[in-house]
Amino acid sequence: MEVVSQEIPLEHFVMLSMVLFSIGVYGVLARRNAVLILMSVELMLNAVSINLVAFAVYTAPSLFVGIIFAIFVITIAAAEVGLALAVVLRVFRNRGTSNVDEVNALKW
Amino acid sequence: MTQVFFDIMAATIIGGALGVVLIRNVVHAALFLIMSLMGVAGVYILLSVEFLALVQVLIYGGAVAVLIIFALMLTRVGELKQKLDGDQRPLAAVAALTLLGAFATVMYKTTWPRDPGQLTVVPFDTIGTALFNRWAVPFEVASGVLLVALVGAVVLAMQEEGER
Repeated sequence: MEVVSQEIPLEHFVMLSMVLFSIGVYGVLARRNAVLILMSVELMLNAVSINLVAFAVYTAPSLFVGIIFAIFVITIAAAEVGLALAVVLRVFRNRGTSNVDEVNALKW
Repeated sequence: MTQVFFDIMAATIIGGALGVVLIRNVVHAALFLIMSLMGVAGVYILLSVEFLALVQVLIYGGAVAVLIIFALMLTRVGELKQKLDGDQRPLAAVAALTLLGAFATVMYKTTWPRDPGQLTVVPFDTIGTALFNRWAVPFEVASGVLLVALVGAVVLAMQEEGER
């Protein structure tokens, strides 16, 4: 495996990932459209992936478990997006809205 | 030089993410999401994981972006002017900032290695070999998950008899 010297410290990647994750949390909590919430979830998943890959590359390069994990995260995220959008479509067809606060049939 | 590239990518990612959560037009939010995710692909290249960068562009820039824009089109949220944020917006900001503060505290208390050290480039074939040997079972399970999700999505989105 080729080794290159690295200029950027690990904590820069961690900082980027933590800011991205917080923005995603804000989006999930503040938005009321289901598709926009899903987009914020994607941001959070990507923040986690950056973190996994950065730690894998910096701390355990011979194992690169984090890279494999990131591949699985992307796979599951793709499946999740497909399913969630199908659910959103079904909710929209049945109730005429995709706003999560208007879908309150289970609310007492 | 690398640092400059990292800063550009970080600005792209954070700017795109802020666009996703703040902007009032849903289609623009989707475009900002693509921008942010492509920035993440750039970060993967910086981390010398080219395979993940390619996968990121293919899956997020291609499949997920198209899916999301399709869903926006089919649910027609762009047509009518409506509030995209709930009333809990200030609380959400407080929660997100608290989380950020907690992360920052943990980061501040951690001692990071002063020298960035060296970075190992993991070649494609090594990842492939590992994926099909050591991680073969999770790989197969993931393909099963994808199949189930595919069938489930088709069943959910299918128009039932007598519906409209």
